[in-house]
Amino acid sequence: MGKLKIEDLDKISESVRKRISLREGAGKVKITVHMGTCGIAAGARNVMTAFLNEIEIHNAKDIIVVTSGCAGLCSKEPMVTIEYENQAPVKYIELNEEKVKKIFDEHVLHGKIVPEYALSIGSERIQ
Amino acid sequence: MKNYRLQLMVCAGTACVSNHSLEIKEALEREIKNHNLENEAQVVQTGCNGFCGAGPILVVQPDGIFYQLLKVTDVKQIVEEHLIKGRPVKKLLYTPPEEKTPIPKLSDIPFFAEQTLIALRNRGLIDPENIDDYIARGGYKALAKVLTSMTPDEVLNEIKISGLRGRGGGGFPTGVKWESCKKAHGDEKYVICNADEGDPGAFMDRSIIEGDPHSVIEGMIIGAYAIENVKQGYIYVRMEYPLAIKRFQIAINQAREYGLLGQNIFDKGFDFDIEIRRGAGAFVCGESTALMASIEGKPGEPRAKYIHTVEKGLWDKPTCLNNVETWANVPQIILRGGKWFASIGTGDVSEDPWGGSKGTKVFSLAGKVNNTGLVEVPMGITLRDIIFRIGGGIRDGKKFKAVQTGGPSGGFIPESLIDLPVDYEELTKVGSMMGSGGMVVTDEDNCMVDMAKYFLAFTQAESCGKCIPCREGTKRMLDILEKITAGQGTEEDLVLLEELSNAIVESSLCALGGSAPNPVLTTLKYFRDEYEAHVKDKKCPAHICRQLNTYKINEKICLEIGHGCDVCKKYCPDGAIIGERKKVHYIDPAKCGKCGACYDVCNFNAIYIE
Ligand SMILES: Cc1cc2nc3c(=O)[nH]c(=O)nc-3n(C[C@H](O)[C@H](O)[C@H](O)COP(=O)(O)O)c2cc1C
Ligand code: SF4
Ligand code: SF4
Ligand code: SF4
Repeated sequence: MGKLKIEDLDKISESVRKRISLREGAGKVKITVHMGTCGIAAGARNVMTAFLNEIEIHNAKDIIVVTSGCAGLCSKEPMVTIEYENQAPVKYIELNEEKVKKIFDEHVLHGKIVPEYALSIGSERIQ
Repeated sequence: MKNYRLQLMVCAGTACVSNHSLEIKEALEREIKNHNLENEAQVVQTGCNGFCGAGPILVVQPDGIFYQLLKVTDVKQIVEEHLIKGRPVKKLLYTPPEEKTPIPKLSDIPFFAEQTLIALRNRGLIDPENIDDYIARGGYKALAKVLTSMTPDEVLNEIKISGLRGRGGGGFPTGVKWESCKKAHGDEKYVICNADEGDPGAFMDRSIIEGDPHSVIEGMIIGAYAIENVKQGYIYVRMEYPLAIKRFQIAINQAREYGLLGQNIFDKGFDFDIEIRRGAGAFVCGESTALMASIEGKPGEPRAKYIHTVEKGLWDKPTCLNNVETWANVPQIILRGGKWFASIGTGDVSEDPWGGSKGTKVFSLAGKVNNTGLVEVPMGITLRDIIFRIGGGIRDGKKFKAVQTGGPSGGFIPESLIDLPVDYEELTKVGSMMGSGGMVVTDEDNCMVDMAKYFLAFTQAESCGKCIPCREGTKRMLDILEKITAGQGTEEDLVLLEELSNAIVESSLCALGGSAPNPVLTTLKYFRDEYEAHVKDKKCPAHICRQLNTYKINEKICLEIGHGCDVCKKYCPDGAIIGERKKVHYIDPAKCGKCGACYDVCNFNAIYIE
C-alpha cells in the first residue's frame, strides 16, 4: 500500500480487526467449545471447525472462538456456550454441523437464540 | 486473511529473547505444524510484557492464559493439552509467592491487574514490526484528528490541559516547553526524542520502543505540528540498544511508506521526517545540552544553560527535547482529551503547570521484590502499593528497608515513608525524585552505606569532568565512603560528607552533579544509625562491609555437623584457620584478613559473623 489517506486508517483497522480483537479477548460474540475428552470423543473438534468455517464464509468480524474443558454434562456433548454482547450466555447441546449452521445464522450473527437446541440460558458463576 | 481461533503471543523483549524466547517461538510453530493446527493457531511476537522476572512468557489469546518461565521442552505439552484439548497446563502457570493455586489469566495476576496502561497500552498486544497492528489499535488516529480538525494552538492547549510533565527526569511541564519553543524566533526548529536511557538497570524507554515504536513517532509528529516550523526530528538512542534501534528503523520506514512521515502528510500540506542518531554511550549524553552536542558530532558534554535549548538548541536552532515516554503519551492525550489525562493523578494543574502530577508513570521495579519488571501505575499511587501489591512484597519473606526512586542519583526512602504517594513534588520533598522511573528495593540484608557508595561510584565514574565540584567533589566523597566501609571512618567524616554533598549540589553545572549526592544525603538522613555503627562501633549491622566483620566458628556445629570438614582452611588466603580434619577449627583473628571466603564456603553454616 502506498501513501495513506485518512479513510485508509479505518480500512486497515477493519481488515486487521479480527486478529486484534482476538488478542483483546473482546469480541461481540464469544463461542466456547467444550473440549474435554468426552467432548472430543463426541465430535467437538468437528463442531469447532464448523464454527470456524461459518466465520470464514460470512467473513464475520468480532467473533472469538475459545475452547475450554468439559462442561460437566458429558452425555449431552458436543456442547458450546454462546455469549452474545449484552446477553446472557446460552448453552447448546448435542450439536452437529447442521445445527451449527442454524445457530450461527440466527444467534451468532443476529443475536436470536435458537431455543430448540438450547439447554439453558444463563450460566453458573465461577468463583 | 485466515481465521485463527488462537493467537500465541510470545514476548520478544530483550530480557525474554536472551532467555531463548525466539527458540520457544520456533518450537511452537513446529509443533503447531506437526498437529496440523496452522490454520487455527498463529504465533505472534510482541514487545516486552513487563513481567521480566517471569520470562520467557507466552500469553495465549483470546483467553489471556499466561505461561511463564518456559522452556523449549514445555512447548509440546502446551500444544497438545491447551491448544488441542483446551486445558491450560497448570504447572506452567503463575503462582503467587506463598500461595498454592496458580492464576491462569494474565488479567487476574496482581502484577498486571493493578496497573494502568497509557504509555504501554499496546504492550503484548501488537507486533511492533507491523504498522497495521498499531493502526488497528487506534494508531495514527490522533494524528488524523490533529491534521483535520485542530490548529497547532489547539493541540498545544490540549497538552497544557493534560498537565503532562517530562518523564525523562526533571518533570518539566511539556506544554510549557512546547510553548517556549513555539514562541522562540526562527523558521527552522527541531524536535528530539531522548532514548539515551543511561540509568543502570532501567529499561522503561527501551521497552516502549521495542514494544510500540509508532506511539513515539506519532507523538513526535503531533509535537512538530503543534510547535510549527519543525520539519525534522531526531531520535537519540543508546548505542547499547540494537533491538530498539532496529524496531525504530522498521517503524520509520513503514511510516514513510504510508506517507505518515515525509512530505504532505495526509495531503494536509504538513511535512515532517525523523532520523535516528546513535548515542555515544556515556550517561551524561542523556543530558539535554550534551545530547545536542553529541548529535552535532561534538563531544557529549553539558554546557551552561544561560540560554535555554528551546531557544538555542541543536545547531543553535530552537529545539524541543522530550523523553520517549513523554512522547508516547501524546497520541492518547489528543484522542481522549487533556481533561481525561488530568483526571488521573494528583494535584491541580489548571492554574499552575507544576501544581500536580498527572497521568501514569512507568517504573522498572528491581532489587529485592518478588516480581521484578516493568510497571505502569497512576501518579499518586503509594510506594507501598507498588512494592507490596504489584511487586508482591519482599523476596524470601525478608523485611523491607528502603526504596530508591529516580535512578542512580535518586534518594533512598525509608519504611516510615512507604505510604508516600508517587508524585514529583512529594518525592523531591523527601530528598529523592521521580527521575526517569528507576525503583530499587532494598531489604534488611542491604547496608545503606554500601548502597550509597555503590551509586555514588556510578555517577562519579560518569562525571564528564568539566566542572570541579562534580569531578573532584564526588571523588572526595567516594574516598570517604571507602574509608567508612573499611572501618576507618570518623565522626568528622560524616560532617564532611554532608558539607561536600551540599556544595556539589549547589555548584555543579548540570544535573548529574546536582543530584549525584542524593543517595548519600538521604541515607545520612534516614539511616544515620548505620553510618554511626560503621564509624563508632566499627560494625556493619547488615554484615555487608566485610572489613568490619569478625568471623568466628561455632565449635559445636563445626565438630558435630561438619565433622571438621577442613574445607574452609583450603580457601583461606591468609592461613588464619587452625584445625585439622575431624577436629574443631578456629580462626586466628590476628591473621584473618576478613575476606569472608570461609563464611561463603562452609556448607554447614558453622561460620558466623559476630
Ligand atoms: C546526567 C543526565 C542524564 C540524563 N539522561 C536522560 C536520559 O537518559 N533520558 C531522558 O529522557 N532524559 C535524561 N536526562 C534529562 C534530560 O536532560 C531532559 O531533561 C529530558 O530528556 C527532557 O525530556 P522530558 O521533559 O520529556 O523529560 C538526563 C539528565 C541528566 C542531567
Ligand atoms: S556536573 Fe559533572 S557531569 Fe555535569 S558538567 Fe559538571 S562535571 Fe560534567
Ligand atoms: S568448613 Fe565449616 S564445618 Fe568445615 S571445618 Fe570449616 S568451619 Fe568446620
Ligand atoms: S575471613 Fe578470609 S582470611 Fe579470615 S579466616 Fe576466613 S578465609 Fe581466612
